[in-house]
Amino acid sequence: MSAALIIIFATMLIALALGIAARRGRTMDMEQWTVGGRGFGTIFVFLLSAGEIYTTFTFLGGSGWAYGRGAPAFYILGYGSLAYVISYWLLPALWRYSNAHRLYTQPDLFARKYNSTGLGVLVALVGVVALVPYMVLQLTGLGIIVSTASYGAISSTTAIWIGAAVVTVYVIVSGVHGSAWTSVLKDILILAVVVFLGIYLPVHYYGGLQPMFEAIDAAKPGFLTLAPRGQSIIWFDSTVLLTGLGFYMWPHSMGAVFTARSETVFRRNAVFMPLYQIILLFAFLVGFAAILQVPGLKGTAADLSLFRISLKTFDPWFIGVIGAAGVLTALVPGSMILMTAAAFLSNNIVRVLRPGMSDQSVALLARALVPVVALVSVLFTLRGGTTIVELLLMGYSFVTQLFPALIGALMRRNPVTTPGAFAGILVGVAAVAVLSLTRATIGSVLPFLPVPLYDLNVGIIAMVLNLIALVVVSAVTRGTPAIAGADGRQIAGK
Amino acid sequence: MRAINWLGVLPFIGILVGIIYANRVTPYLFGLPFILGWLVLCVLGTAVIMGIIYLADPANRSDAEDRR
Repeated sequence: MSAALIIIFATMLIALALGIAARRGRTMDMEQWTVGGRGFGTIFVFLLSAGEIYTTFTFLGGSGWAYGRGAPAFYILGYGSLAYVISYWLLPALWRYSNAHRLYTQPDLFARKYNSTGLGVLVALVGVVALVPYMVLQLTGLGIIVSTASYGAISSTTAIWIGAAVVTVYVIVSGVHGSAWTSVLKDILILAVVVFLGIYLPVHYYGGLQPMFEAIDAAKPGFLTLAPRGQSIIWFDSTVLLTGLGFYMWPHSMGAVFTARSETVFRRNAVFMPLYQIILLFAFLVGFAAILQVPGLKGTAADLSLFRISLKTFDPWFIGVIGAAGVLTALVPGSMILMTAAAFLSNNIVRVLRPGMSDQSVALLARALVPVVALVSVLFTLRGGTTIVELLLMGYSFVTQLFPALIGALMRRNPVTTPGAFAGILVGVAAVAVLSLTRATIGSVLPFLPVPLYDLNVGIIAMVLNLIALVVVSAVTRGTPAIAGADGRQIAGK
Repeated sequence: MRAINWLGVLPFIGILVGIIYANRVTPYLFGLPFILGWLVLCVLGTAVIMGIIYLADPANRSDAEDRR
């Protein structure tokens, strides 16, 4: 067994032990399992949010995009900042409502606000459908990381099964507490590794940042700026805006909101989260450093750039440390995703179909569903497919469709009716599915637009259709009862 | 909305509008191509702006209980 492999497996074991130990001293009812008893302070909420945001996507996708595409990768740096600005006002409002009504999940919020368990079911379905590709993304990344860092000794398939098993166990045992505890380990390690690599590699190979970028600019003119067409400024702006709005629509991100002890937590985090974004810069620097050192990685292989250059540069034990950090970036978000998807299925779908269920059986069923969701994700992962970023973008487009109905619900007088919310979400999600499956572009759907607008993110179409459906149906159905925010008592068990 | 909260618009302008002017390699900022250096400045600026908004917000003075 190589040094790298020992370090990776030791880290997995530590994560497993931490994840299981997180349960200590608590009775794992639904309240503890899903929202940590609503007792998390600034640091835990920060780590949970960071745990979801800095995933294998940051680690492999951030460096992979910088390597493969250059300047378009910078959009990743842009959208987070805008999301944090919004979060300062959005999250306290979300928290106040969900805390007052003891909600567990994002679909609970929609169901309650719109007084419709049916809408809760729809939101839960959208959430699960978006979460599975996100889980696949984590597992794919984990497979790449372990097989590369073990120098091929462990196949990515084996790694994926082991990783999925570890997460499944500690999620069943400890729920969100397990995610919070393991994210402490993860954030320390990833921060240290990525910052080190991002500084060391450019200095080692080029003598500094500017010489590195000058060399890249000379070798690949135009690579370091946005192109006039294609992934242009218009693409950049529309993508940053869409992903910025969708940021907190991720079901597990909103789940982290529910764990907070007070609303001040979010306002404080809105100050510090942007600083933490700078870690992305270092991931980019690794990708850029790899361009001229390990050239020729195409398509999906671009996601390997970080490891290829590390393998070329460092001793096996350090590859193990990098691999361990990478594994944790898959396990922590993976645990949040599994827990959230299982809670949605149990609390917001099965419970609606069988209204008599007690809180206890809902909690039990949620935990029983964790291995099921894990298994489905593993099977999807092993069938393989698109590169990491593309998968993420599709899930993102799905959850972003929840934004208009949510903002409406948070307004003092909600202009959106329940049928309006249904129509908007359904139309938006259907549009995303059609556009993704047909690989449509703005140019192919709306050929009459001026040519520069062809570069708009195609998700804009889905969002506009969503808004039209929401406004029209709300206007037509206005005057029907069930005005959102009305304090209906229909939702079972609350 | 309190006037100081409008500072929150600046990151949007800096990133979405600023990118039009910042889309260039030179001059280098902190050794980074100008476009990347500009975005890093925007990120740091966002933290500063949110810090100002936080300190000016009376809602944050009422409950200082939460630390962990």
